[in-house]
Amino acid sequence: MSVLVLRNGEAADVRKIPSLSVTDFRRVVLEEVARGSRIAAFFGRPDHERMRLVAVLANAAEATLSLCSAEVGDAYPSLTPDCPQAHWFEREIQEQWGVRPEGHPWLKPIRFHRPYRGGSVGEVLPGATDFFRVEGEEVHEVAVGPVHAGIIEPGHFRFQCHGEKVFHLEISLGYQHRGAERALAGGPGKRSIPIVETVAGDTTIGHALAYAEALEGLGRTRVSARAQALRGIALELERLANHAGDVGALANDVGYLPTAAYCGRIRGDFLNLTALLCGNRFGRGFVRPGGVGFDLEPARASQLLERLQRALEDVRVAVNLLWDTSSVMARFEGTGEVSRQTCEELGLVGPAARASGVERDARQDFPAGIFRFAHIPVSTCDSGDVYARAYVRWLEIQRSVAFIRDQVASLPSGETLVKTAPPGPDRICVSLVEGWRGEICHVATTDEAGRFAAYKIVDPSFHNWIGLAMALRGQQISDFPLCNKSFNLSYCGHDL
Amino acid sequence: MWNELLARIRQGHRTTDFPRSVPAMPDRFRGRPIIEAGKCVEGCRECAEVCPTGAIVVGGGVKLDLGRCLFCTECTNACPRGAIRFGQDHRLAASAREDLMVTGEAPTLAKALDEEARRLFGRSLKLRQVSAGGCNACEADVNVLNTVVFDLGRFGIQFVASPRHADGLLITGPVTANMKLALQKTYEAVPTPKIVIAVGACAISGGPYADHPEALNGASSSIPVDLYVPGCPPHPLTILDGLLRMLGQIPTSDLR
Repeated sequence: MSVLVLRNGEAADVRKIPSLSVTDFRRVVLEEVARGSRIAAFFGRPDHERMRLVAVLANAAEATLSLCSAEVGDAYPSLTPDCPQAHWFEREIQEQWGVRPEGHPWLKPIRFHRPYRGGSVGEVLPGATDFFRVEGEEVHEVAVGPVHAGIIEPGHFRFQCHGEKVFHLEISLGYQHRGAERALAGGPGKRSIPIVETVAGDTTIGHALAYAEALEGLGRTRVSARAQALRGIALELERLANHAGDVGALANDVGYLPTAAYCGRIRGDFLNLTALLCGNRFGRGFVRPGGVGFDLEPARASQLLERLQRALEDVRVAVNLLWDTSSVMARFEGTGEVSRQTCEELGLVGPAARASGVERDARQDFPAGIFRFAHIPVSTCDSGDVYARAYVRWLEIQRSVAFIRDQVASLPSGETLVKTAPPGPDRICVSLVEGWRGEICHVATTDEAGRFAAYKIVDPSFHNWIGLAMALRGQQISDFPLCNKSFNLSYCGHDL
Repeated sequence: MWNELLARIRQGHRTTDFPRSVPAMPDRFRGRPIIEAGKCVEGCRECAEVCPTGAIVVGGGVKLDLGRCLFCTECTNACPRGAIRFGQDHRLAASAREDLMVTGEAPTLAKALDEEARRLFGRSLKLRQVSAGGCNACEADVNVLNTVVFDLGRFGIQFVASPRHADGLLITGPVTANMKLALQKTYEAVPTPKIVIAVGACAISGGPYADHPEALNGASSSIPVDLYVPGCPPHPLTILDGLLRMLGQIPTSDLR
């Protein structure tokens, strides 16, 4: 066998991952991608004195995760020229471990930190890199960030423009790098949960769930049906709050203030439902390995349903104003188009991919927990523009509400929290969760003592930042805020 | 147009009348911790041992540093006697770092700025927000103050797009090494006199990222801080309460 096949959340002996030659590794990855798999994770990890590359290839049609690995020296032939979706992963591998993907067309840092191994290098300064430049007398460059005009996270954007028209946008991140992933190694420990809950704070439930499912897989802990349902409810509440907020923010960026004002408030109504569940608007403390930290008693459940219904009615009125307003539609339609082919080639995920007609949703493709029993129809749109990204969110709002209603109505009885077994030694587990931005992938590996030898996090933003850059091609620079909001990616989730 | 008018009527008036009254918090909301050291078992250190950020010190009573606290319930779950629990009080902000220590005594809340500063900022405070490693939860609940629910503008407080238009900074995140220079430059670009507000456990102490080589244990590591707003993230009302107390818009004696 050239790959180890796993299911979402299933653990295996890490030594069973086939160790291939670099040539075979490249061939296997390219063949898997050619037959419809997508790179969910691709990373380096130290293996005794050498480095090992590990690829996790997600096949949606078969609901399988195929793992393979190869031992490498200081360089190997890059996959990116044959498989563009590897591009960001290979830049990360070079930055973290100093393993050079030769022939990579775009090799530069993604987070600007010192490498994890090798001799000392000089000071690493964020944004200090050669930006792609378009030459020509009438071409000019616009630089934005890292500190932005609004209340948002930092990042640097470099536009190559001809007049108003953007030829190319380069996105340079790393300002939010806090060492989250590195600090998880050696765990699980006291700070593991606070760190995964703040990998991307607006995705607290999503990342905590991916972590919990990985840990439960490693220790073979069985979580009660009740806890699984409650986790699903919390995950969908998180989606509701963020989607409602995003639709409002899109309205704001085209100057349509009614929907902006209403949705800004309704987003808070959804966050307050999460607070009803666990006391914190972002779901801190709710998902715990072994289950959930808080139960949903009948009185609380009926209050949840009642407030959910009111919020749905409010958001319905607010969002439908958009589709009925021609000045809004004129700005949404045809802006920031990303083709289906681009989505497939770059491996985009989440609402951004679904808005380009790609039926990709980890809840359907790699179901875990409650999603093995309750299915949420995948919402897609075809046009790939800002309108499609807004409309997919609206479809998902309606479907998430329906899902929560069903779950609350048929909540199984049982324990909310069971004690987790410690992770077994030398094991690997991949967990995928469809967060509101898209697929969250955690890959946990343990050492011979059952501690995390490495903990790999792939936030959906890791896949999707390049999608935003592609959406801006040929657009007016004044449409950047609108396009940016239509993706609404995480800086800290990317920077880790 | 009719649809817009109907929608407007339907959405109604949503602004709270805070600070005249305080909206009810959810029953599971974790506000100011309450310590009853009298209940402690001699030699027990359970709460301190499970705390992910070392916020609790046991010895001569129990002290909890709100600047480090993530409000995560590990301590309350671990305590065998119920000597530590989270109350419903949303008022947590303080003007001095040492005032964030919860001991069981009456809390010292944020003080109003001096008379001259209040004359300058009391009715118009323009802030520049800098996220320096924040996870977007603090940012989101600062942003929410601009919605119709809290309507920050009615207090004369506004977030502006340039440090040169600002009277001060509101900082979130542990201050990553990669943001240190940008934060310094932003601070220097704000005209003097200026104020600095640190929001969230990360910006006060580094939070879960304390002592990481990639981050700097909060804003006060590089610039002076005038107001600390604890939480992970703080509730929007906690942030608003801190801002209004600093501006003297809630009297210090008012414990609502």
